[in-house]
Amino acid sequence: MDWEIIVGKSSSGIEFNMADLEQFQQETRDWLEENCPKAMRKPMRAESDACWGGRNFEFQSEDQRNWLKLMGEKGWTAPEWPSEYGGGGLSREQSKILKKEMARISARPPLQSFGIWMLGPALLKFGSEEQKKEYLPPIVRGEIRWCQGYSEPGAGSDLASLQTRCEDKGDHYLINGQKVWTSYADRADWIFCLVRTNREARKHLGISFVLFDMASKGVSTKPITLISGKSPFCETFFDDVKVPKENLVGTLDRGWDIAKYLLTHEREMIGGSGGSAFGARGLGEVAVSALGADDDGQLSDTALRAKIATAELDGWAFLLTMERTKDEAKAGQGIGARSSMLKYYGTELNKRRFELMMASKGLSALEWEGEASNEGELPRAWLRTKGNSIEGGTSEVQLNIISKRILGLPDPKVV
Amino acid sequence: MALVYTEEQEMVRDSAKGFLAEKASVSVFRKMRDAADSLGWSRALWVEMAEMGWAGILVEEQYGGLDFGMTGAALILEEMGKNLTASPFLSSAVMASQVLRGASEAQKQAWLPKMVSGEAIIALALDEGIKHDPAGSQLQAEKLGNGYRLKGSKTYIIDGFEADGYLVLARTDGEAGDKEGLSLFLVDARAKGISTSSTKLLDSRNYAGAKFDNVEVSGGDLIGEAGKGLDALEPALNAGRIGLAAEMLGASAQCFESSMEYLKDRSQFGQKIGSFQGLQHRSAHLYCELELVRSAVIKAGQDFEASAEHSGMIASLAKAKSGEVAILAANEGVQMLGGIGMTDEHDMGLYMKRIRAAQELLGDYAFHANRFAKWRGF
Repeated sequence: MDWEIIVGKSSSGIEFNMADLEQFQQETRDWLEENCPKAMRKPMRAESDACWGGRNFEFQSEDQRNWLKLMGEKGWTAPEWPSEYGGGGLSREQSKILKKEMARISARPPLQSFGIWMLGPALLKFGSEEQKKEYLPPIVRGEIRWCQGYSEPGAGSDLASLQTRCEDKGDHYLINGQKVWTSYADRADWIFCLVRTNREARKHLGISFVLFDMASKGVSTKPITLISGKSPFCETFFDDVKVPKENLVGTLDRGWDIAKYLLTHEREMIGGSGGSAFGARGLGEVAVSALGADDDGQLSDTALRAKIATAELDGWAFLLTMERTKDEAKAGQGIGARSSMLKYYGTELNKRRFELMMASKGLSALEWEGEASNEGELPRAWLRTKGNSIEGGTSEVQLNIISKRILGLPDPKVV
Repeated sequence: MALVYTEEQEMVRDSAKGFLAEKASVSVFRKMRDAADSLGWSRALWVEMAEMGWAGILVEEQYGGLDFGMTGAALILEEMGKNLTASPFLSSAVMASQVLRGASEAQKQAWLPKMVSGEAIIALALDEGIKHDPAGSQLQAEKLGNGYRLKGSKTYIIDGFEADGYLVLARTDGEAGDKEGLSLFLVDARAKGISTSSTKLLDSRNYAGAKFDNVEVSGGDLIGEAGKGLDALEPALNAGRIGLAAEMLGASAQCFESSMEYLKDRSQFGQKIGSFQGLQHRSAHLYCELELVRSAVIKAGQDFEASAEHSGMIASLAKAKSGEVAILAANEGVQMLGGIGMTDEHDMGLYMKRIRAAQELLGDYAFHANRFAKWRGF
């Protein structure tokens, strides 16, 4: 019968059919109804509403703490990770249902986590069985908060030239050096870090991927203030930090493979921000409510209207492209270097959108302090977008990647 | 719905690819242009395309069509865009077929079988000025007993020279600019009082101006309701705009491919010019833009299949974006090819000319950006 068509396969190999999915949906709905606290059923208003978990996290409320605890126990903070590592063990279809059911009641994400977004996928692909067993479950439960140690003062776009030294001292590694742009380094419990383990080899072949506790002796951090004001970014210093040798992930000197894999992930996340500015209100609507419309409901400022129309057209076409890329990935065509396209176009588009948002709000967009402007929320957000096309690989680096990997254009001749 | 092609759609694309490569490549188009053929397309080739099912690809099955859907038709147009294939596919098979869905049984019986077999083509006589503006129509349809008398003229009719029938947008009420009061008539090209002349545009395709000098039509020639002509036309306009967006996607993709080949082949300053970052970044940017166009074209086809009447917003998105990017692709093509790109001997110029025409037809960027903005509430 039709409804018995196999529609999904979980990572544990169990097959699901339509009837099972319907049952799963009902059970999920019931469970959420019963367990999601009322206070967690409204959208986050600000970054401060987000739950990051970790050893030192100050929960905003008991509801926030409980919501994380309940979801973590079910593994639904990482729905598609295998259940033996604490994940939800859900198939893609089930995971979509969970997402839909959470959206139905406007449930907040129980946890924001670099562990889930970045380290987890890397460990699942490159980690040893012991590492998966040790590190993944506390990530799922939100007990350990991770940060990422990639960029250095002398290694930005040319990340592979990083110099943080990691020496083999027999029974441990000794790490010395400096990272920069480490998000939330001052609040994270552990770091996943790229270090140089071989100074003789070519630059890509002497890098390793190690994990260590930020409470280790010799680790210190210093927050960075951006043009937009406070930021999660830090400078991070390592001064004779001792790291157990079993904390190496994958093969010694081959950490670049892991780094590349993770950078692809990061690009998709940042590229996706081109869509986030869409929200419920389009740019045009913002401009009409700020500047007024003519009798036909058209924005009175016709030159601005034309610019906004172009940005909206591009925004829609870009959103459709993100959707299509996901659909193609599901159909097995993979994303690969096309994540560079999403990153490049999404961040550049976001910058354009915020320029127009600033223009639409006129002088009021310049208010930097005070309640009316929510302490300068718009101009700070506008300034912050300037970093989107720098972090995670600059727009220029993305264009280089597209030229080489997708278009197959020859390497520039080194003079 | 996932924004990917189905297996059946991929098969249609593959067969179009094979057919066009063999029978209707750019060199075929170039020969036709050089011969200054006033029809601008080949009747024999159109009959062959009809045998492939293309002439009836959007026609209901009971009238001999395939009813295959807009996404498939768009894929054929994309391949035609790559090959610069000239045919009445867009005007007759894609657009007129949509208007005929709302026609009377007698009109369908009279025209659809002939259209599906490739014997007859129908052109849409819409515009009267130099910018696309159906609502601006002034051509008069005066009530005459049970019928009407058509008086006025139409310009730049796509495939209008030597067409067998015309769908004429005429005013039964109101004045130029009114959205109400327009009516759509299906008229045999042999009707007394119609005279047409070929209009030569830069893309060497078939266009015509037509004069309607007291052409008498019956009430049975009306499509749908009097005064509701723009509603009857909407699905056809959406189909035509999506079709042109798809054709321009194919043409731009071809410009891009030729440019990339040239960048990998041509050496200056002792290295392949494709190794210069100044060209690499522009190429990579154009690649991204083309991906955006493809997403919009796929979505527009799917929206049209879900509801032909309500696909206008995404049809406008696809037409605007595809036209904008096609112009960029053609300009970059000529610039990256350098001097050779300026010669008539190279095909790049032929693409540039077709793209310039296609982006203007049925509404240019400003026209569709304006429509899109209205839909979005500003």
